[in-house]
Amino acid sequence: MRKILISTALALSLGLACTSPANATVKVGFMLPYSGTYAKLGEAIENGFKLYIAEQGGKLAGQDIEYFKVDDESDPSKATENANRLIQRDKVDILVGTVHSGVALALAKAAKASNTTLIIPNAGADAITGPLCSKEIFRTSFTNWQPGYAMGEVAAKKGYKTAVTITWNYAAGKEATDGFKEGFEKGGGKVTKSLNLPFPKVEFQPLLTEIAAAKPDAVFTFFAGGGAVKFVKDYADAGLRQTIPLLGSGFLTDGTLDAQGAAAQGLLTTLHYADGLDNPKDKAFRASYIKTYPSIAPDVYAVQGYDAAQLLATGLDAVHGDAGKKAEMRAAMAGATIDSPRGTFKLSKAGNPIQDIYLREVHGTVNQVIGVAAKALADPARGCKL
Amino acid sequence: MTPRKRTAFVLSVLCLLAALPWVANDYYTGLIVKIMIYGLFAMSLQLLVGGAGLVSLGHAAFFGAGAYATALLSPESASANFFWLIPCVLLASTAYAAVTGALSLRTRGIYFIMITLAFAQMAYYVFHDTQFGGGSDGIYLYFRPEWRVGDWTLLNIDDPHTFYLFVLATVASIWAFLSVLSRSRFGAALTGIRINEQRMRAAGYSTFAYKFVAYLLAAALAGIAGMLFAAKDGFVNPELLNWEQSGLVLLMVILGGSGNLWGALLGAFGLIALEELFQSEAIFGGMANHWHLTFGLTIIALVAVMPKGLAGFMNKLGHRAQPGPASRSSLPHTPQP
Amino acid sequence: MDPVIFLIQCLNAVQYGLLLFLIASGLTLIFGIMGIINLAHGSFYMVGAYMAFALQPAVEHYLGGGFVATVAVCILLTTLLGYLLEWVFFSYLYTRDHLQQVLMTYGLILVFEELRSILVGNDVHGIAPPPWLSGSISLSDVMTYPVYRLFISAVCILVATALYLVLTRTRLGMKIRAGASNREMISSLGVNIKRLYRIVFAIGVALAALAGAIAAPVTSVYPGMGNAILIVSFVIVVIGGIGSIRGAFLAAMLVGFVATFGQVFFPQVAGMLVYLLMALILLFKPEGLFHQG
Repeated sequence: MRKILISTALALSLGLACTSPANATVKVGFMLPYSGTYAKLGEAIENGFKLYIAEQGGKLAGQDIEYFKVDDESDPSKATENANRLIQRDKVDILVGTVHSGVALALAKAAKASNTTLIIPNAGADAITGPLCSKEIFRTSFTNWQPGYAMGEVAAKKGYKTAVTITWNYAAGKEATDGFKEGFEKGGGKVTKSLNLPFPKVEFQPLLTEIAAAKPDAVFTFFAGGGAVKFVKDYADAGLRQTIPLLGSGFLTDGTLDAQGAAAQGLLTTLHYADGLDNPKDKAFRASYIKTYPSIAPDVYAVQGYDAAQLLATGLDAVHGDAGKKAEMRAAMAGATIDSPRGTFKLSKAGNPIQDIYLREVHGTVNQVIGVAAKALADPARGCKL
Repeated sequence: MTPRKRTAFVLSVLCLLAALPWVANDYYTGLIVKIMIYGLFAMSLQLLVGGAGLVSLGHAAFFGAGAYATALLSPESASANFFWLIPCVLLASTAYAAVTGALSLRTRGIYFIMITLAFAQMAYYVFHDTQFGGGSDGIYLYFRPEWRVGDWTLLNIDDPHTFYLFVLATVASIWAFLSVLSRSRFGAALTGIRINEQRMRAAGYSTFAYKFVAYLLAAALAGIAGMLFAAKDGFVNPELLNWEQSGLVLLMVILGGSGNLWGALLGAFGLIALEELFQSEAIFGGMANHWHLTFGLTIIALVAVMPKGLAGFMNKLGHRAQPGPASRSSLPHTPQP
Repeated sequence: MDPVIFLIQCLNAVQYGLLLFLIASGLTLIFGIMGIINLAHGSFYMVGAYMAFALQPAVEHYLGGGFVATVAVCILLTTLLGYLLEWVFFSYLYTRDHLQQVLMTYGLILVFEELRSILVGNDVHGIAPPPWLSGSISLSDVMTYPVYRLFISAVCILVATALYLVLTRTRLGMKIRAGASNREMISSLGVNIKRLYRIVFAIGVALAALAGAIAAPVTSVYPGMGNAILIVSFVIVVIGGIGSIRGAFLAAMLVGFVATFGQVFFPQVAGMLVYLLMALILLFKPEGLFHQG
């Protein structure tokens, strides 16, 4: 009998202890990868976000910002519960996340179910601003389709007639190569082979042999992180760099140039950001970033995080800091014009940036902008009912 | 503890659990639901490991099969009906178990472990690499299933509290069922097979048939756990079938003590609670980012100190002598040549 | 398929298979001789690769050596690590059953990964092959084959031969083979079983680390590289027969070919082909191709 009474008391007190007190500040929850291959990206996003807040004097619309963090480990199977940690346990007002698209899908569902505003500072899954688009969801990064499509147009303009695409067999890879195919075939080219291998395998040799056998005018690829490093090096080692031009979505050479070294020199890629952009906002951003984080180079992920903070600021300013007025805040965010280091952009109706896609070439350890591949490119947001 | 005291204890635990959602906040309620679902998953594996002595490293395949069946069969704009969904889920997991079990049960020991792993990996790759289940990013379950007769909704579990009670009721009834099963002739036969299969065969039992039925039953229950998981989050992903999930649930069974049923529940609770604990910044500060380290060390320490798991440890504490062979060997025993 | 392309794919398959063999041979020795299921074997592979990356500047500075010197230092350090690890941790696992070994080594994987994260960080790193191995051989009009990959194959063959010679021509090898067949017998024959186990474990760890170190220029060094290789190594060990080096070699070759050609002909199902292979082999030969003892 005593055991039962004691355990009841314990359970009740545990339950009561688990409720959290109300708060007057704005609670921002980061759901980012802080471990594993994407850890650096998660860090960069958070750095960029916090940099903007610091530039505003540490407050947005007069409100203090309280941060919460959860490491999503880029693991989609734990994504919903990680999201719920922020939504239900920490009761955040705004969610910022994430890098991995599979995790982002779960995050988007949890955000919609709990009516929490979500700003996505990287994950490019087309579906999130496509069939799954929603008033609560905003993105300050890109869709996988955008850089692919832009490169497709560039490749067609360069006069290439045939191309082979190669990527991982997952949504990001397919969406990027589908985008390339659309742009390329609109310009008169033809994608003769679509090679893929299971994510995240990096044994490319057999497929490189296939490319050599197919002899296309160009190869378009989407890989990121460790896979990007290996692919570029393997491509060069197989002697294909000299004979078949390699085109890529920007993630092929973003953050990987140190590791890729000579193999990456001269590679053409497309992305919504580049090094050597000639606009004052970018110069100011980079100077500020390097001063605050001296040992880390600013990159596209930091920019995306920075812009996420800008977007939030627009929303909070419109409601004078009262994050509880969700509908007005979201309406303001939907109509925002973001003065981004990448250039100014607005959001499409589906919540995705309408932005310039730059054509970049690898010079040394930077992706130097050499032109604009597509101006003010909007993702078609197929399937979005907004 | 006498049987009457034990029943009282179990009933009071159930009442406490039933009252929880009204006391604790949403997050911890969700956590208890997760513990219950994984507890069910672990119990189904315990039937194999502790019951029949079959160590499977591929049990996540059936969990995933149930979860994917739920997500794939549910219509996009309406709720599925449990009356036909549950049989379908059971069919999906038992069908795969029938095929793989017929083949795997011909091996034993480490080879059985590896072949169950192989079959789970095959299922994993079907969902991960092909478009059959939506690929590696996973798919949504848009509406939670409900109990419906014709147009009349008997029970809708969208409300978190209702869902909690539904899961509690399901897990409790399956636990009761397995308890009764372990005390039945079937359960006794399984125990006999676990301890010495040759002797059982000499006694005239068709050991393959018993093992096969146990395998199917374990798969079916894991499928139900998968269905509940899909209903809970509304998001299903191929990672639910990978070997690390199979390893995790095996860990729960062993950590809890594979000798008895409530060991599995204890193991599920303990492991998930430990994970939460180590990830909590409030307690660990900076180390919370590296929670894998503390978690890993704790697992090693626990296994070193408590080889018979939490249940075995608590039994020792309670000076409870369990009669019969179940206490002596809670681990599989392959006959020596 | 063009005959030249076919030959190149065969070359790819052989090279992949040889690398897998190097890793699996260590695992099959440990598993076969000592009966321990060591899930942390993939972590040793990772340790070798990360060591090759992290120690390169130090080796260059203090010893003036290049790539070969770094690999030699790696082998030395990991052998030592293996010896110590066996003494401090694994020797307590012999008396426990497989399940507990699985659990404890699973915990060890987590510890290793996190230590790596704390000590070296989470970045992906590339390692450049040494200049004298950086060239490429022209194989067809469009394609060249990197010399370094041929080097990897050569090292694997060398190690395989050395392993074979040690196992069949030396006293140590004799004791190891006897231990694989019947553990109790050799200890009752007066062989110092504890030291034998320690040596075997150290060899196993060193083999996996060597594989990681020489493969690093090709695979890059990244978090989670150990887990990816772990499952495949277990599959190879089981297909080949636990404790059999010959079996591990044959199995590694099989897996290399199935994986390579599977990727080319059936990319959708490539992932599961290796497991299908294992299931099929186990159904006809339930204890692997070359079952020991």
